[in-house]
Amino acid sequence: MSGAEGQGGPEIGGGWGASHAADSEHPEQPAHFHFDAESEVQIEKIIRRYPPGKQASAVIPLLYIAQRQMKRQTGSAWVPRVAMDVVAARLGMAPIRVYEVATFYFMFNTRPIGKHHLQVCGTTPCWLRGSDEVLRACKDAGGLKGYGDTSADGLFTLTEVECLGGCVNAPVLQVDDDYYEDLDYESTVRLIEALKRGERPRPGSVIGRQASAPAGERTTLLDVPGE
Amino acid sequence: MVKVTVDGIEVEVPNGASVLQACEAAGKEIPRFCYHERLSVAGNCRMCLVEVERAPKPVASCAYPVADGMKVFTDSPMVRNARRGVMEFLLINHPLDCPICDQGGECDLQDQAFAYGMDHSRFREAKRVVKDKYVGPLIKTIMTRCIHCTRCIRFITEVAGVPELGATGRGEAMEVGTYVEKAITSELSGNLIDICPVGALTSRPYAFIARPWELRKTDSIDVLDAVGANIRVDTRAGEVLRILPRINDEVNEEWLADRGRFAFDGLKRRRLDRPWVRRDGRLVPATWSEAFTAIAARLKGMSGDRIAAVVGDLMDAEAIVALKDLMAALGSVNLECRVDGAAIDASRRDFYTFNTTIPGIEEADALLIIGSNPRQEAPVLNARIRKRMIAGRFPIGFVGPRGLDLTYPHDWLGEGGATLRALAGGGHRFNEMLRKAERPMLILGRGALRRPDGAAVLAAAWQVAAENNMLRPDWHGFNLLHLFGGQVAPLDLGFVPPPSGLHPQIEALWLLGADGIELEQIPEGTFVIYQGHHGEAAAARADVILPGAAYTEKDATWVNTEGRVQHGRLAVHPPGEAREDWKIIRAMSEVLGRRLPYDNLVSVRARLVEINPAFSVAGGLERHGCEDRRGPAGDLSALSDAPFVMPISNYWQADVISRASDVMAECARTYISPATPMAAE
Repeated sequence: MSGAEGQGGPEIGGGWGASHAADSEHPEQPAHFHFDAESEVQIEKIIRRYPPGKQASAVIPLLYIAQRQMKRQTGSAWVPRVAMDVVAARLGMAPIRVYEVATFYFMFNTRPIGKHHLQVCGTTPCWLRGSDEVLRACKDAGGLKGYGDTSADGLFTLTEVECLGGCVNAPVLQVDDDYYEDLDYESTVRLIEALKRGERPRPGSVIGRQASAPAGERTTLLDVPGE
Repeated sequence: MVKVTVDGIEVEVPNGASVLQACEAAGKEIPRFCYHERLSVAGNCRMCLVEVERAPKPVASCAYPVADGMKVFTDSPMVRNARRGVMEFLLINHPLDCPICDQGGECDLQDQAFAYGMDHSRFREAKRVVKDKYVGPLIKTIMTRCIHCTRCIRFITEVAGVPELGATGRGEAMEVGTYVEKAITSELSGNLIDICPVGALTSRPYAFIARPWELRKTDSIDVLDAVGANIRVDTRAGEVLRILPRINDEVNEEWLADRGRFAFDGLKRRRLDRPWVRRDGRLVPATWSEAFTAIAARLKGMSGDRIAAVVGDLMDAEAIVALKDLMAALGSVNLECRVDGAAIDASRRDFYTFNTTIPGIEEADALLIIGSNPRQEAPVLNARIRKRMIAGRFPIGFVGPRGLDLTYPHDWLGEGGATLRALAGGGHRFNEMLRKAERPMLILGRGALRRPDGAAVLAAAWQVAAENNMLRPDWHGFNLLHLFGGQVAPLDLGFVPPPSGLHPQIEALWLLGADGIELEQIPEGTFVIYQGHHGEAAAARADVILPGAAYTEKDATWVNTEGRVQHGRLAVHPPGEAREDWKIIRAMSEVLGRRLPYDNLVSVRARLVEINPAFSVAGGLERHGCEDRRGPAGDLSALSDAPFVMPISNYWQADVISRASDVMAECARTYISPATPMAAE
């Protein structure tokens, strides 16, 4: 990942090689953040999971709730600095402790991202099965220059991620929270074009596999007695 | 205790000790970066790797507990190899900029690379570069040099109690900083410079000033607060270049407050460096003999009881005793040292000292703070309170302004006199906590005594102590927290007026560093002699100015708030014609024909012991209980309900030296918002 800054434009929050401290000064940082009613319902449930005095354990779920709320409200799933402060106050932590957590995990975006977060798995199984083609399709169809880039229309942000645990159906592209599997160049382009039209294709294998079952017909368990 | 063998040397260490501690007990040096004995163990630098018999790989000795019969090797081929490897990795992203680094010459990384590293680098790739952070006017950051030991994060979180530093990002992108740019708001922030093992955090005022081997190091005592922190004054060519703490577990451990560390540039500005005499209403430069003659001419024939002497907050015991003896020789008993008007009862030593002692705080099990903000009045002592709080089971009650951040949670009981009265009456809810405690203590701020009912506050606080099990033959829980390093010595030397009070018509007034005095109180026509090192308002009012020495410029005796007697040494000579203060008074006595009977430091100090035997022991302090529970004079019924006002509103500019300091002025601009009135003190 050396030289990510030079190759792919500004890095997404949580990425390597970028200064996180600069994110806190990002011009799009909002001045205020309040959890909405929907978030509050979830927060109440989560905080109750932890014994009294150990509320700080809820920091990761609460950051997720904040990120999802931002997605609902602004269309961009990210955690602004003020939201981290709100989480810190809610859990009785020093703000810096929340900043540490939020910047540690790639899954939290500390800068605004596009409407759809295209997360290309580039780890060995996906790479062997053609993740380079998936990446090329994302760039071509999404109008993206490379990892870390957000498209001019604000629809897509492209990120490289490590193993998503979907190796059986490699290569995998994670769009926001959904996995699209068994991709190649053409199917990735089709997926992105659909997203552009505002459609949301069904997640999972794009070649119609059921879960991780073998492509085509069943190859095992054909002689189950009694069948 | 467990037996451990380190390189064939058998040592006994307590259960739960780390292998590193066992190695130190065996006299073996273990290199380390992240490990610091006063901080929690992080175990992330890996420099302290040692070989343990039957362990499959080298272990990080700082985080590895000892076991009975363990055999440790600190100089085996495996260990040497491991250290070389760790050092190589640490240096991968560390810039080779030692020639322009202020840590050069006193850098752990430099020393350990020399001792344990390889003689060349095999790294040919590009090095990581990290943007520097702004963390305030005192600390300069060069974050590319950071080796991620996290000592600074642990210090500011654990010791200073101001969790503002953290590690954001991960892996190669990890950065130490505040994330949101801000100046670190700790009064102990200067210690980050000492604790950083590399040149990532260095002193901003000291940047590019000197190399450590050029400096002359003089042991001294900090007087800018009443803790009496042990310091080392580094000088070159007659100039103080920096001040660092010395280790003294009894007093300051190894910390120093920011004012004591950084205010010394005030010693170079606005100094009185020659005598001045008022002629025709104007102060004009004079020689010493002219100044002495002018004083002698005015005092000649004046009745001794019309002469008064006042000492300020930063004066050494030698000067005080000399002035006291001179006044006695002139026939004057008009002495005063409480220029701030604090109603201190000097009749018994435990009425005005920190009797529990600073290490004693760690033995206490309940604390009541009355009218004091120890975070600003004595930051190092406050760190000790915090240390005790972290150890657990330490209820802290606080009487004073609501919402103060003392760096530890406390139970706010009320704002002022009314709460104190309730506590003295025994009916307050916090009395229950104090009664349950075995070794309760209270800290009374000197600032709480600076009000018309000060004597009543003192008496009420003593009553709280007396009735809540704080005054016992084996435990003394009554503590007065002073503000400056020269406030206890004059009380010890009896520099207070007689019971009948000062003579109502004073014709001549000798101000020995008494800057805080209210000048309106001095009647017109009074002959004022100002002796001191900084020319503030009091000097402008003077008829004769005698230039004295600041605390770094004399061999002097200081008494801290505990009553601990400590000696500071002369680091640089006073500027210009300024002289050590007791010598000025001794010379003056000769001109007045009342020669004081001491010609050298030894005989002045003998005179100190003669007046108060406490001066015979330097450095040490005997713990004492309370044998006599009778309290100081003061009428409890006079206690008003008024809230306590904190005496220091501007930590960075609380005394004459720091008010002359540019560095402290910059801090005040940074930390005190413009909305807050810039009170001088």
